[in-house]
Amino acid sequence: MDAIRIDSLTKKYKDVTAVDNLSLTVKQGELFSLLGVNGAGKTTTIKMLSCLTTPTSGNAFLNGKSIISNTCDVKSIIAVSPQETAVAPGLSVMENLELMCGVHGIGKDRRTGKIAELTELLGLDTVLKKKAGKLSGGWQRRLSIAMALISEPQILFLDEPTLGLDVLARSDLWDIIRSLKGKVTIILTTHYMEEAEALSDRIAIMKDGRLLVCATAGEIKAMANTDSFEEAFVRIVKGATK
Amino acid sequence: MRWLSFADRNAKEILRDPLNLAFGLGFPIVLILLLTAIQANVPVPIFEIAHLTPGITVFGLSFMTLFSATVIAKDRGSSLLQRLYTTPLTAKDFIIGYTFPILPIAMAQSIICYIAALVLGLDLTVNILYAVLFLIPAELLFIALGLLCGSVLTDKQVGGICGALLTNLAAWLSGTWFDLELVGGAFRKIAYALPFVHAVEMERAVLAGKLADIFPHLWWVLGYTAITMIAAVLLFLRQMKKQ
Repeated sequence: MDAIRIDSLTKKYKDVTAVDNLSLTVKQGELFSLLGVNGAGKTTTIKMLSCLTTPTSGNAFLNGKSIISNTCDVKSIIAVSPQETAVAPGLSVMENLELMCGVHGIGKDRRTGKIAELTELLGLDTVLKKKAGKLSGGWQRRLSIAMALISEPQILFLDEPTLGLDVLARSDLWDIIRSLKGKVTIILTTHYMEEAEALSDRIAIMKDGRLLVCATAGEIKAMANTDSFEEAFVRIVKGATK
Repeated sequence: MRWLSFADRNAKEILRDPLNLAFGLGFPIVLILLLTAIQANVPVPIFEIAHLTPGITVFGLSFMTLFSATVIAKDRGSSLLQRLYTTPLTAKDFIIGYTFPILPIAMAQSIICYIAALVLGLDLTVNILYAVLFLIPAELLFIALGLLCGSVLTDKQVGGICGALLTNLAAWLSGTWFDLELVGGAFRKIAYALPFVHAVEMERAVLAGKLADIFPHLWWVLGYTAITMIAAVLLFLRQMKKQ
């Protein structure tokens, strides 16, 4: 079974069509990237898939559960790490993780082990008692991902997870994302071409809400007849304008 | 009981802000001390401790609106709410989680005010306990106002509307600082069409042990609380959909 099946998903805001008749599938355990310039419809797609926004038409099924008629079931198998850092600034790192355990109904017996496991995976042990609001951008992103992983989601949405981070912090996060590959289905949106190329199993390029191409990085480069993924992206997006 | 984790988080965010403690708990006490000192030098009936304290306890609740609205507006401004909207938390969990933790803080504020008043000469009677309990509808009113403002305003707007406008309205139109009869006219009519003066007069009646005098003020406060709570819930649900 596909982890995600999107059927003719459309979202309109008055006169603007943010996502236009999008159809694609994502396999179990796949790391799938959504690429596009600003306003391409990436974030709106993620918002619809995570039940934050209702589609104008079409439907999507996450592990067989509809985002329209089974929102509760969908919410129980997904987690989202939003574009901006979404942490409770007045709480410590530990308390943020405990908060997510609580809202997901993880009992106190499992909580300690779960937090210890994620703390180790994301290297948060040195900042566990620090207030989240006082952490650097890189640490806040790590915490944000840890908060998303606490419920052991089957599908994880990472919306621009490395935006604004320095090279080292980005490299660290890439390692973390790589370590999750195969264990959880990941949908990643990013503006960074090298990030999409380095991490993704497959990549979808969107423009003005429409899907232009959906393939591996190698296939996309071959389609655009270039060795540079960034150049391939530019050619495909510009080609769609002409 | 997922909402308990969310409520716990909200309480921590509020109580860990030193400005909240200074304004929410410190400022009403400073006012009681200051006005009692004025009363000692220039006796004014309205500043007698049994008359003043109920007004200060109601005025102090305007800070609960500020706390509540600030937390909600800040959460809306960040992506934290967006993250939490993708969890199994329901709309009911969010509304209870935002309102419930402020109630004990509001009760603690009123108890501290009455303790300060006792130190300054208020008679120790069982009526103080009743006064604390009868303040609960007004506490819910101010908390609902916070939910309402936090659902529609940004955190900067909350500072202006709740921090400045509401605190002034609650002060001027409550009959705490001056007798509304002295101003009279439209000012008095407006004041009595709003809940603040009714909350204060109800509290004064309870503290004085004149339970028959709490009417019709109690109905005014309960009516405003119900209407505000319904409006707040609807506006919160609307912004939740917009997210």
